[in-house]
Amino acid sequence: MADTPDVTDTTAAPEEPRRVLPRFPEPDTEPFWEATKEHELRFQVCDACEGVVFYPRAHCTHCTSTELSWRTSAGTGTIYSFSVVRRSLHPSFLDLVPYVVSWVDVDEGFRLMTHIVDVDPDDPHSGLEIGARVIVSWIDRGTVNLPGFRIDR
Amino acid sequence: MATSRVAIVGIHEYPSRHTHGTVTPLHIKAHSAARALEDAGLTWKDVDALYDDGDGILWPGLHMPEYFGLDELKVVDTTTVGGSSFEFQVAHAARALGTGAASVALLSYGAVAKSGASDIGTGARYSELGPPNPISNMEDCWGTTLVADYAQVARRYMHQHGTTSEQLAEIAVTARHHAVRNPDAVKAIEDLGLRHGPNEITVDQVLSSTMIADPLHHLECCMISDGGGAVILAREDVARGCRTDPVWVLGTGEATGHRTNGGDITVTAATRSGPAAFGQAGVTPADIDVAMVYDSFTITVMSALEDLGFCAKGEGGGLVENGGLNFDTPGLALNTDGGGLSSNHPGQRGIFLLIEATRQLRGQSTAQVPDARLAIAHGTGGTLNRRYASGTVVLGRD
Repeated sequence: MADTPDVTDTTAAPEEPRRVLPRFPEPDTEPFWEATKEHELRFQVCDACEGVVFYPRAHCTHCTSTELSWRTSAGTGTIYSFSVVRRSLHPSFLDLVPYVVSWVDVDEGFRLMTHIVDVDPDDPHSGLEIGARVIVSWIDRGTVNLPGFRIDR
Repeated sequence: MATSRVAIVGIHEYPSRHTHGTVTPLHIKAHSAARALEDAGLTWKDVDALYDDGDGILWPGLHMPEYFGLDELKVVDTTTVGGSSFEFQVAHAARALGTGAASVALLSYGAVAKSGASDIGTGARYSELGPPNPISNMEDCWGTTLVADYAQVARRYMHQHGTTSEQLAEIAVTARHHAVRNPDAVKAIEDLGLRHGPNEITVDQVLSSTMIADPLHHLECCMISDGGGAVILAREDVARGCRTDPVWVLGTGEATGHRTNGGDITVTAATRSGPAAFGQAGVTPADIDVAMVYDSFTITVMSALEDLGFCAKGEGGGLVENGGLNFDTPGLALNTDGGGLSSNHPGQRGIFLLIEATRQLRGQSTAQVPDARLAIAHGTGGTLNRRYASGTVVLGRD
């Protein structure tokens, strides 16, 4: 791949690899990321049918409503699946290997891509397994913060 | 509207897997198209329907007619659904040709993933190069890789269905069993320096290869190669005059899938594309002699075989164990050219599924199933675990 465009966080300390972060303007997801500055994990509920919508959008995927309201999650959930990335050639993730990517089923009814943090994936007693209870653990990045999750012991 | 039968009448697989930057995707497409037309006994002037998923160039519907030199197209279709694009395109071509909108269709593919040094599986970059969208904004920051995506499916599979790594490894062992008989695959394995050389591999060797993203090992991941190919389809009246024996398109099915809140990532859209294709063909999975099933990873095959109905969900392990899908054991044969795991994978492999299925039905495979009469090509495009497409084509001979 040719030149890497400047899509990463430029506020990080120089010695820290530049991370991939969400980019704006992007009206569907901007309120979600705005709330992360206050460590709030937000999701949408349809005003008409009360269906949960995630990832964020401007329409309900259950009915034809386009009126949605933001709610704040308690930040607890369950590991649906995960993998330990042991090989990544992306410059923003090289130094994180091995890291744990996961789908977490958040208790309010939405599934979120995330990292399981503060866990040694090679420790058989780490508690890292499908069905494990997890709790949000914010990864602060300055401009926005990333909702990682840790095992809730 | 009266419909005509439609057949694959010409095929070509570009032989080189490592072109060292000497050719472009467009060159591979045109070279393959010319050879496939020659195979059929047709010329560029016969082509009046063009299918192109945009490999190597943007706006393929505008650029490719000119590059090929096709002046009298009646149908142009730029369906792009990753590796299953070509199965979708066959479905569209069968309808366009069958209803008389056109008479000869060209599908072609070319990519230089190896020469371009593109890190398909582990590059962890998806849409970050384009403008932001909700998907890129929610996913790119986590650095998941293509391998890790399929690995999450495999992990959930093991949890939910009891599928084992040994069973998944059998799929890679079968692919290599077939590849060692295919001179182009043997050359690919040598040119690309794949592990264990052009030799058979064992389940133990697969499981002792490097873990890339748990639970998927190196030898459970497809290779990264250059390559491409072309397929020519024709309406029955044209097909009867072609140089080759027609390989009929008997049924097609197209479906897309994506992860949902509360959904089951072990179930793919093959549960819809498969029954549509089998139903149209009037056959069942039990009737199929050869299954060409997209093998980006071992789990891609396991999930597809089950969802297509070759066995019940969660029982694919029993199907693949002990060489059960080898060409030289009774019953169904799988990926007889060596597949993406051991023959070639330039990024979107769906066209090779059609090419090898056609070879089998012509009796021209290097791992030939005796008297093969019915074959399927089943493409999986995109990324299981996130968003993807499933395209199934049932093929048969006279």
